[in-house]
Amino acid sequence: MKEKTYIEDVDRSIYDIRNDETGAYRLQEGLSQKIVERLSEEKRDPLWMRLFRLESLAIYHQMKTPDWGPSLEGLDMDHIATYVRPNTKMTAKWSEVPKEIKDTFERLGIPQAERKSLAGVGAQYDSELVYHHVRQEVEEQGVIYTDMESALRGEYADMVRKHFMKLVKPTDHKFAALHGAVWSGGSFVYVPAGVSVTIPLQSYFRFNAPGAGQFEHTLIILEEEADLHFIEGCSAPKYNIANLHAGCVELFVGKNARLRYSTIENWSKNMYNLNTKRAVVEEGGRMEWVSGSFGSHVSYLYPMTILKGKNARMEYTGITFAGEGQNLDTGAKVVHAAPKTSSYMNTRSISKDGGISTFRSAVVVHKEAKGSKSAVSCQSLMLDSESRSDTIPAMDIRTQEADIGHEARIGRISDDAVFYLMSRGISEEDARAMIVSGFADQVSKELPLEYALEMNRLIELEMKGSIG
Amino acid sequence: MDRHLLDIQNLSVQVEEKEILHHISLQIQKGETHVLMGPNGAGKSTLGYTLMGHPRYQVTEGQIWLAGERIDEEGADARARAGLFLSFQNPLEVPGVTLSSFLRNAWRHRQGGKLKVWAFQKELERVMSILQMEEAYGERELNVGFSGGEKKKAEILQMLMLKPSLAILDETDSGLDVDAVRTVSKGVEEFQKDRSKGLLIITHNAQILESLQVDYTHVMVEGRIVKTGGGELVEEISRTGFEPYIRQT
Repeated sequence: MKEKTYIEDVDRSIYDIRNDETGAYRLQEGLSQKIVERLSEEKRDPLWMRLFRLESLAIYHQMKTPDWGPSLEGLDMDHIATYVRPNTKMTAKWSEVPKEIKDTFERLGIPQAERKSLAGVGAQYDSELVYHHVRQEVEEQGVIYTDMESALRGEYADMVRKHFMKLVKPTDHKFAALHGAVWSGGSFVYVPAGVSVTIPLQSYFRFNAPGAGQFEHTLIILEEEADLHFIEGCSAPKYNIANLHAGCVELFVGKNARLRYSTIENWSKNMYNLNTKRAVVEEGGRMEWVSGSFGSHVSYLYPMTILKGKNARMEYTGITFAGEGQNLDTGAKVVHAAPKTSSYMNTRSISKDGGISTFRSAVVVHKEAKGSKSAVSCQSLMLDSESRSDTIPAMDIRTQEADIGHEARIGRISDDAVFYLMSRGISEEDARAMIVSGFADQVSKELPLEYALEMNRLIELEMKGSIG
Repeated sequence: MDRHLLDIQNLSVQVEEKEILHHISLQIQKGETHVLMGPNGAGKSTLGYTLMGHPRYQVTEGQIWLAGERIDEEGADARARAGLFLSFQNPLEVPGVTLSSFLRNAWRHRQGGKLKVWAFQKELERVMSILQMEEAYGERELNVGFSGGEKKKAEILQMLMLKPSLAILDETDSGLDVDAVRTVSKGVEEFQKDRSKGLLIITHNAQILESLQVDYTHVMVEGRIVKTGGGELVEEISRTGFEPYIRQT
């Protein structure tokens, strides 16, 4: 009997542990003016925010559901609870977080990582933050890292109001409008001019409630010459009803500042992940995106960067792993709006067991952006013949004085390469795993260490089956 | 009775329904070096791939034995663990996997799952110095961007590290400059020092053989071994070419 081998899916055992929704406050399912008003009341919004929500809701109702990507038919807003508040208040001490919730984050390794390698942590559970803490020495540098709700009412209220959904407007698309109406949770970060935060901050979004939505808002502002690495992690246990994630990330990178934004997304396969991320970069600033997409049933995710100032740069490094029942539509968009700006996108996607992964890139170069450079390189690996992989590049170049490159490769594991490795005594499953992790290597080594290790582990998690 | 190290018995092989090798028999004893020569397309590389167990090459008749074990139904990995090695004519590129991590992995499989890091590292340094390879070589991705000579050196490096009992070198000398041939020959000599090992060198020219001791020479034409002789046959072929043997068939 000959053994057939395959690369295992992401091991979800840690993520799949569900907690009961004991004592949580859950807003009625569906979407109406009454529901949004109720949500605003629960969150004790300032008046402008309440009006903003209602206006966004009106926009939401006017806009059409996107029909150019993976199907969203299974998503019915009438069966989504937009707000589920855990039965606890936000604290800066893990010991004060309810045991069940704390255990969840411990399994995910968050408090451990915080002690070892993070400058601050925010932990969101369903719709609200349950923990937020930043190291004293970072606080003393003048860095603000807090939940959005506190930011909205505190010392930085004006700054929040000035930036909130200005980069991603509710009119952008239907789910941006939805976000504007029902957003809750997320983090606010402010790094003053000249301050370097030497170790990363991390926000982790855990989604436990079935049939609900998570709509966290992340707003990061870096002043001139500031430097920050921000890590965002997300996961959820699987349910057999649809869940929705429509977060929004707005990043403001000041002159000569550098922001690295790493995301590891491990949603369960009942999740519709319709997330919007955008950055604007001033002169000489640098935006680095690192993105690992492993979970969700359907994803629409295309972080966008506007290179607004001269010599602004962006790099996008992404990896997508689509398994059975997953349709992951990811990519990146860059707008070169000033001279001598540069962008580089480097992505890998792996699909198996009928999974679909699509990579869309959009490069826009304005007439003013003379002397700009853009390079896109995307590679896909399909592990079997049922799986699909596509790349869809789009370019709009308005000056001749720009250097634009695009390279795409789609392939399968070569039988000859497997044989070559086996001829050195390496088993077939190990040979395949080596080839797949080698394929992912250039990108996975950009991930934060613990996530890179986890990714290697999931690729090595091979199983033997038989074809008798 | 002393067992043959490699015993090929009446082997016929087909690729995609077409028979390429017909009734090949060949025995190699410990300490022997055999050379398999023949014109292009004679089936020499087919024999190498078949011995190593490439799934595209189907054995339709005959058997292959290595040190008393029948291996023709085993996978390539099991054959390698049993002591067989094939140096590829065109080694494959494996992006993202460094030469040294690949070697560590293969070494571990060869040693039954154990890896003594220190012993491995010492041996790697020793072998690399024989092959005049810089240490930094180990950190390069396996065969990616390697020149022809570097690829062949990396193959010989693997052979010396994994210490097979029988190694097959498939056109290891092709496309190399004089210096590279000399380095590769040095590596092969190092392998020959151990008298418990056997070597089958597949080649269509005699360059690499000048400095090596050869015990037997086989000439293959159109999938058959048409002549077997001693080391002196190599010289004869360098003079006459394969013409006389082609006419013979």
